[in-house]
Amino acid sequence: MPALGVTMDDLLADFLTETNESLAELDVALVRLERIPDDQETLSLIFRLVHTIKGTCGFLGLARLERVAHAAENVLGRVRDGKLAVTPDHISLVLTALDRIKEIVSTLAATGNEPPGEDGGLIAALNAVAEGSEAPAAAPATPDPAEPEPSPEEAEAPEAAPTAGAGAKSAPPPPAEPAPAAGAEGEAVPATQTIRVAVDVLEDLMTLVSELVLTRNQLLQLARSQENSGFAVPLQRLSHITSDLQEGVMKTRMQPIGNAWNKLPRLVRDLARDLEKRIELSMLGAETELDRQVLELIKDPLTHMVRNSADHGLETPTERRAAGKNEIGRITLNAYHEGGHIIIQIADDGRGLAVDRIRAKALSAGLASEAELAGMTDAQIQRFIMRPGFSTAAAVTAVSGRGVGMDVVKTNIERIGGTIELKSVEGSGTTFTIKIPLTLAIVSALIVEAGGERFAIPQLSVVELVRARKDQEAGGGEAAEAVIERINDTPVLRLRDRLLPLVSLTELLALGAAAGEENAAYIVVAQVGPNMLGIIVDRVFDTEEIVVKPVAPILRDITMFSGNTILGDGSVIMILDPNGIARGTGIGAVGESKAQGHGGPGPVRSSDRTAMLLFRAGGEQKMAVPLGLVARLEDIPRERIEMSGGAPVTQYRGKLMPLVALAGMPGEGPRQPVLVFADRDRSMGLMVDEIVDVVEDRLHIELSGDRPGLLGTAVIGGYATDVIDTGYWLTQAWQDWFAGTAPAEAGAAPRRVLIVEDSDFFRQLLVPTLSAGGYQVTAAAGAAEALRLRDQGAMFDAIVSDIEMPDMDGLAFARAVRADGAWTQLPLIALSGRAEAHAVEAGREAGFTDYVAKFQRDALMASLQQCLSETLAA
Amino acid sequence: MSTDVLEHPAGLADDSEQVFVTLTVADQLCGVPVLSVRDILGPQTITCIPLAPPEIAGSLNLRGRIVTAIDLRQRLHLPPAPAGTARMSVVAEQGGELYALLVDQVSEVMSLKTAAFERNPPTLSSIWAEYSAGIFRLDGRLMVVLDVGRLLALTAGG
Repeated sequence: MPALGVTMDDLLADFLTETNESLAELDVALVRLERIPDDQETLSLIFRLVHTIKGTCGFLGLARLERVAHAAENVLGRVRDGKLAVTPDHISLVLTALDRIKEIVSTLAATGNEPPGEDGGLIAALNAVAEGSEAPAAAPATPDPAEPEPSPEEAEAPEAAPTAGAGAKSAPPPPAEPAPAAGAEGEAVPATQTIRVAVDVLEDLMTLVSELVLTRNQLLQLARSQENSGFAVPLQRLSHITSDLQEGVMKTRMQPIGNAWNKLPRLVRDLARDLEKRIELSMLGAETELDRQVLELIKDPLTHMVRNSADHGLETPTERRAAGKNEIGRITLNAYHEGGHIIIQIADDGRGLAVDRIRAKALSAGLASEAELAGMTDAQIQRFIMRPGFSTAAAVTAVSGRGVGMDVVKTNIERIGGTIELKSVEGSGTTFTIKIPLTLAIVSALIVEAGGERFAIPQLSVVELVRARKDQEAGGGEAAEAVIERINDTPVLRLRDRLLPLVSLTELLALGAAAGEENAAYIVVAQVGPNMLGIIVDRVFDTEEIVVKPVAPILRDITMFSGNTILGDGSVIMILDPNGIARGTGIGAVGESKAQGHGGPGPVRSSDRTAMLLFRAGGEQKMAVPLGLVARLEDIPRERIEMSGGAPVTQYRGKLMPLVALAGMPGEGPRQPVLVFADRDRSMGLMVDEIVDVVEDRLHIELSGDRPGLLGTAVIGGYATDVIDTGYWLTQAWQDWFAGTAPAEAGAAPRRVLIVEDSDFFRQLLVPTLSAGGYQVTAAAGAAEALRLRDQGAMFDAIVSDIEMPDMDGLAFARAVRADGAWTQLPLIALSGRAEAHAVEAGREAGFTDYVAKFQRDALMASLQQCLSETLAA
Repeated sequence: MSTDVLEHPAGLADDSEQVFVTLTVADQLCGVPVLSVRDILGPQTITCIPLAPPEIAGSLNLRGRIVTAIDLRQRLHLPPAPAGTARMSVVAEQGGELYALLVDQVSEVMSLKTAAFERNPPTLSSIWAEYSAGIFRLDGRLMVVLDVGRLLALTAGG
């Protein structure tokens, strides 16, 4: 028989893997076919997939599978030959057949045998469709003379017709298949060169690479202590190769997020039919890659959210028509990278969250008192839907059901270190934004010390670091330094007009006090869900990329730790879990307390504030740079700075990064603080003397063009501060920083973008940024100037506008653009100091397409790209 | 060949020999079957794990793997080792995880005749009886055979 050397089990295992993949692909393809019925390519793909399944079943002697697949293939064959029209009913029937196949395959996988069962009814229905269409349409079932190869099935069809109605006819034994199918479609198969590897092998590789990295680090440390060692050069090489290898192995674990999405088109289609809604699902950024493990973990929450959007979010066609909307509801999935994270948005243009109903429900469920609710913003009230035991659907439908709600989704996402936010406007839709780390395997962590022990805190949850004194009395030092205050022994910190709850890591972990009790402490401000928490530690060291390893089973129930790892110096270190710490101190249970401290109308007035990084370089005066422009802060050991071609460089993430000294001379001391700026695959480091703080303030810059490298002076935190011109410094490191990247998409004409911005400073920043992104940029210093351009007949592909402007603000400008003229359809992106929820809503109402926070370079680029691709598609 | 070894119930055939790694903890000679020992380590840097059960001494790095260190003295309810004593560890595997048993001293590897094996005396204290698989009579002293499986069967309560 077929197997000499290869066992049947191996064949079966291969068949199962392959069939499962084909089935997933089929779901997507069939739904696509339903939308575009005459898409020959899709049709051929479907036919080929079903045909392959059928063929393999026959070879392996899986009779039941083969019969079902065969009947489905018959229907598809008729469709492909243009003898049968694609209707939703036909597609449903084929999908049912696929479901049956899936059922059988899963039993087969579990038991190794086909389950017994009767598929007569289904097969008869399929056959009836395959044949039935001939009855009304082309009554004389004589084969079309123009059709050169009528397959044997078709020849049989007329005879079978009378019995088909009775539903008793079983499929004919498989005759020779319509041979041309497989052959003709051969070219359509994309020739991807892939090889299937067991996940275990990849995991083992990952472990080995981690060990290799560790050994490399130890070697490097040894080599550093010996000058002029003959090992230095080969060791450098080994180091580079190791970094590349690590990156490569990481890549093998990456999968496009589309893999988690491929079940969704089918799901949405079925839902639409069940709920009698019309739903269009669009998926953007399906090729965005993330770690396999993360992908597995977000699959279910995503499915659930899409189901929710279809069921609760979107209205019925009648309701939509009544509301003046397009009958077809839209669900949009969007995924993209941002920093070390992946952002996934699930948006619908449905009815939005009804604040009143949620408020009533929260009250009746006892989740909050009336007084508490009165003090909450709409956004805070909407967040109630993520509380356990909350469901607004008046009628619990079969689709979304009960049991799993948004609270489970939220917990699952938080478990992998992610966050979820929601924005909803009643009447026009809801958007969920999920932010998750790219990989769980390697994370960047801050190393701290408390009670003589070192711990790692994932950088993801660290918002900022504050240096503080432990008691008020011992004055002196810097006046600006924060002080830890106590309310009946509970430590708190005043941080920018807000009280930050603090926990002492030493006390929390029951560590003995450190030997030399110092007065200074560091506070790691961590974001835990919607809450902020300050963790008091004794010292702060470096950040390090760490490989997270699970703790031993005996330690799993210590919730303070999320894992452990080995540092570069070979020592083991525990990784703190801020979520666990918050739970341990009861902070998670307090709920939404973040924005309530004010009691006032919320931070509406802060919209003009910008986060600035303060530092010193070559003098006592502080200097500033918008934090959004800085990719990272690093503290590089002096000996790692090398000279290359007379200019300082350092090895950074496996590449050489040029360093530029802001003050002209690199500083002294064992370590060099560096601000890292990154763009695409290159980066540069700006050497400064000291990184001071991050502050948020209004920016009023007095421009002074006479000093190269400085944009001007601003008053920040009450002091005159020089604001550096990043563009100038970037070109100091790479003369072609802005030039080299210009033709973003070769061949395509550059897109024209109009920037409306009153501040000279921002215009100076935006123009080079956008030009670097390949756009052709025109700048206008105000709304009036922009509108003049419109009246003169200037045309653009997109407009980016500031909100706060004198004379005519951004909202008025947007309304004017939307009202009439040639620009009514252009994408319009709002830029503002801060994207507060209500500001965003106001912006949307005025006609803005998207809302981006100032200095969020990547967000602006992503938004532009998305807006432009949408207009293209429309 | 290897099945022979497996089919012998632990040390009942008189002519066979068993090989042990011997160690001392609080002056008591103990032995661990050599096949269950993955590694012998000298003094190591051990990272303490806050809030862990008392018998968990911490964790250490064994060639890139994180190993949980268990203090044998704590496990056997013996007084803690005098401060500053360098202790060695015996590494064993349980359920896919590596554990290091911290002992006072690891000595030689001995091949012992099963004829010298005896069951635990009924008067042995309950703690020792729980972790001892039996006793070997040696020249001039007795060796307790430690049951590694039980020593490592840690539950959250200790």
